Amino acid sequence: MPHGCSIGLGLAMGIMARVLLLRSDYRQYPTYPHGYASHLFLGIIAALVGAVSVPALMAQEWTAVTFFVIVAQQFREIRSMERDSLEALEETQLVARGSDYIESIARVFEARYYIVIFVAASASYGAERGGALMGIALGVLALIGSTLVVKTEPLARSVEVIPAPLSFHGPDLYVGDIFIMNVGLESSRESIAEHGIGAILIPKTETARDTLANLGQRQAILHDAAGILGAKKDMDTPEFTPMATRHIQTGRVGVFMVPEEGDVQLLVNVIKRTPVLESARGRSLYGQSP
Amino acid sequence: MEITFGGIILCALTDDGEKIRDIPAFIVKDEAARQEKARLLSRILKAAVHDVGDDVLIVVRH
Repeated sequence: MPHGCSIGLGLAMGIMARVLLLRSDYRQYPTYPHGYASHLFLGIIAALVGAVSVPALMAQEWTAVTFFVIVAQQFREIRSMERDSLEALEETQLVARGSDYIESIARVFEARYYIVIFVAASASYGAERGGALMGIALGVLALIGSTLVVKTEPLARSVEVIPAPLSFHGPDLYVGDIFIMNVGLESSRESIAEHGIGAILIPKTETARDTLANLGQRQAILHDAAGILGAKKDMDTPEFTPMATRHIQTGRVGVFMVPEEGDVQLLVNVIKRTPVLESARGRSLYGQSP
Repeated sequence: MEITFGGIILCALTDDGEKIRDIPAFIVKDEAARQEKARLLSRILKAAVHDVGDDVLIVVRH
């Protein structure tokens, strides 16, 4: 087999890249073990596409190259597959992810397959040109470079998050000085005063202010916070639904929730780690509207 | 463009029926009893209770 080494190395590096990128983090997605199984299998196919395409290109096998380009296009379906899957789960979530967060996760999944193809192709090219060591070096470089490019930005980089006390002015609930909602039931007000926690998000720049204005970004914050701290609510207690309300004059956002774990510092840390969604990224300083 | 309701007032609780028009109203004179009725209605209807002042509570599904 004339290109066995380069195809084998490209395949191995591609699979390794997929395994490294397939980590189940605090968002608990993909779900173990079936999510892992399907993504590993698709990762093997992506690695094979990347590994075989380079030798085929070098051998001027245009039919094979065309075929692999068509196969690579099938990975666009990954995004809609992930979107459909997450949207189907939305109805049964106590605190929904929101469509922006779902779209962001789906994009990440799609992009990871292109990274796998790129890593496999780079390793394969290196092995063709300079042997196995060169292949490994190029594959590792491709993996590091790609992951740096697609790395998501945590909210903490552009937003300051501080704990803030909850207070009631009559039936109106406030986090710090930011109005959250009107709570009519006395018993719910007592419960919120006893178990509720809050934080205020202060944008460091005008761009961050735009990011926080996005409803999808705020829903992602609430989903992550409820996922880690738990939400002390059920379908018949909507007043305990976590909320993020904007102070219109300053662009600051007040976050309120009634968690299972009443650790306000943990809430602050979770908010800081929430990714800035691509669709929510503020762009007020990057362009002018016509 | 699709137009949807963000929140629907399901009913109101008040001490005086004259204060409410066009929506179902529960007239409960006593403040504590009104709170208890509102709590039961919110759990049954899976909706939130809001205090709009003047001894009027509304039950809203968001």
